[in-house]
Amino acid sequence: MRLTIPLVALIGGLALAVLAVLTLQRPPIHVEQDGYRGTGIQLISSPAATAAAFAINQAPEALPQNNAGPPAGSIYKNVQVLKNVPAGAFARIMVSMTQWVAPKQGCGYCHVSGNFASDAKYTKRVARRMIQMTIYTNAVWKSHVKNVGVTCYTCHRGNNNPQYVWFKSVEPPHATGLMATETGEARPSLAADGSALPYDPFTPFLVGKPKGGVNAMINTAGTTALPDGNRMSIQQTNWTYALMMNFATSLGVNCEFCHESRNFGSWSESTPKRVTAYYGLHMVRGLNNNYMVPLTATFAHNLLGPSGDVAKVDCSTCHQGLAKPLYGAQMAKAFPYLQGPATLADASPTSPAASGEADPAMITMTSAPAAAAPATAAPAPAPAGQAGK
Amino acid sequence: MPEYQNIFTRVQIRGPLHDGVPAPSGIWGRQGKPFFSYFMGQIGNAQIGPIYLGTLGIASIATFVIAFEIIGLNMLASVNWNPIRFVRDLPWLALEPPAPSYGLRLPPLQHGGWWLMAGFFLTTSLILWWARIYRRSRQLGIGTHTAWAFASAIWLYLVLGFIRPLLMGSWGEAPPFGIFPHLDWTVSFSLRYGNLYYDPFHMLSIVFLYGSVLLFAMHGATILAVSRFGGEREVEQTVDRGTASERAALFWRWTMGFNATMESIHRWAWWFAVLTTLTGGIGILLTGTVVDNWFLWAVKHHVAPPYPHVYGHVANPITSGTGAQQ
Repeated sequence: MRLTIPLVALIGGLALAVLAVLTLQRPPIHVEQDGYRGTGIQLISSPAATAAAFAINQAPEALPQNNAGPPAGSIYKNVQVLKNVPAGAFARIMVSMTQWVAPKQGCGYCHVSGNFASDAKYTKRVARRMIQMTIYTNAVWKSHVKNVGVTCYTCHRGNNNPQYVWFKSVEPPHATGLMATETGEARPSLAADGSALPYDPFTPFLVGKPKGGVNAMINTAGTTALPDGNRMSIQQTNWTYALMMNFATSLGVNCEFCHESRNFGSWSESTPKRVTAYYGLHMVRGLNNNYMVPLTATFAHNLLGPSGDVAKVDCSTCHQGLAKPLYGAQMAKAFPYLQGPATLADASPTSPAASGEADPAMITMTSAPAAAAPATAAPAPAPAGQAGK
Repeated sequence: MPEYQNIFTRVQIRGPLHDGVPAPSGIWGRQGKPFFSYFMGQIGNAQIGPIYLGTLGIASIATFVIAFEIIGLNMLASVNWNPIRFVRDLPWLALEPPAPSYGLRLPPLQHGGWWLMAGFFLTTSLILWWARIYRRSRQLGIGTHTAWAFASAIWLYLVLGFIRPLLMGSWGEAPPFGIFPHLDWTVSFSLRYGNLYYDPFHMLSIVFLYGSVLLFAMHGATILAVSRFGGEREVEQTVDRGTASERAALFWRWTMGFNATMESIHRWAWWFAVLTTLTGGIGILLTGTVVDNWFLWAVKHHVAPPYPHVYGHVANPITSGTGAQQ
């Protein structure tokens, strides 16, 4: 058979068809207008993907309310955070936590058998901090979590460790010496939806306290028609772009969920969801800086990342591909004691409790009724986050 | 009778192999014994060769190979000389320009020096190839239209990689060498400078680009359609209009009320192609140097219409005093 143009075209067409079927999203695609006509603010979704996500993003049944009993701190030893919670509600939270975080291992995942008061297991010390983190999120970050709120289940989903976390990336192996150095991009970036954009858009934006603040690092676009001294570079914009790609894939949305594509940077053209996302960014930074990073030394070594850093939060940790985690199920509503007050959250990342250090006295103690609960009442944190620029 | 009423080439003419018309060929002479290729005959002339490279051609190829090697070897180094990862990740790999902090200074090799060097050799190669095209045209006694069209493309390339970075005072403004990375650069460029689609010269460039495509399709289709009447002899019909030319002209007058001529259609096509990169280059040159946000520029000049804000006023949480800082 002679190689003819029609044959070549046929083979090429077949190859393209195979490529398309294997890589492109399966139709139909659902498009919903979400802004003024002509602005292109449209939400794109795939019914097949939505059905798949719906099946795995259901909130579990909440246990029946029980607010009977004296304060937990008066009958149990070493209750530090939930000490004023009625014993019935306290037990309900403990049982729920077991279902949410350690359904297979049970109480023993955190507690020493026969001595539930002991802080010997690091998992218990981390869990205490995570309860505070949950309270902090619900109480201080209403601007982001609104009435949906969070519980342990929002991230854990029945796993000991949340499935969607991030670690600081390590440089992939590359030649050194005089050859071009690693720039943090130009490799397949899983974090940025498989593009060649920066593969770790988390470290610069979602943890640490960069000089000048992250807002200035993210907002690179010109804000005036004519040049006015904005020296933000195209390369810096790549990092913003990668972060935004991660936002979008974490929430399973397209850019127009928040932005008007005529001018991505303009707030007045944006949808209000962008404001919610803005608070989410700073909430995530608060969770990482004040709760996750101080726990680094407490976590088991096999749970740390390749460069020894602790697992950290990004949008996908809670959202897991949905615009509202668990389709907006208001799980937290059923657990009023996980919603506040903010004074229980202890946002001071320098306290020993924040770093999950084991107090030897708390390890040897038994669970016999305590005369006085060791109340390491935390100083009230600054009503964080609402402090303005 | 040759059959042209087909979407693929059906005719493959094989005369005696020949070296082509006599023309001064410089010191090198034409190289290689010509031969026929059936496959090439499917898409063009079946005769391959002889080839003339000459001083300019050789120099252009040499500098291109240097640039190609610098880019390729740096990409290979970025995957630790691993050939499998190189092939697998090739579309993502890049040789990137210096960080903006270097400004216009010469950076160390590993921090953008290679990029600068690759750019220098690639630019040299393109300009040498342009000179070769110009000189070959002159020596064959034909016009230099091709050279000037090519120059228009080189203009856009130079604006992107050299002239605009010079004006902005930073090599970091230039695009990287890399398949996906240069596309990401394009998007980030637009995001940074407030949406390139509102740049009127970008608009013009798109008009000429899409216009070129349209003209190409219209012209190609017209000539093929009238080939049964001898329409392929289009250039002769510029002054000696045969029935093919008359029918083609009538077809367009009937369908759109106006027709180009056998001469003017080629000028249309040439100008559209040339203006695509010419206007595109101007649009890029103005971005960041003269205009910082094209959307706001377009609003200022009543190009972009305001739309009602269906969500009411969405306040910037950073400046409205409610901005959370963590």
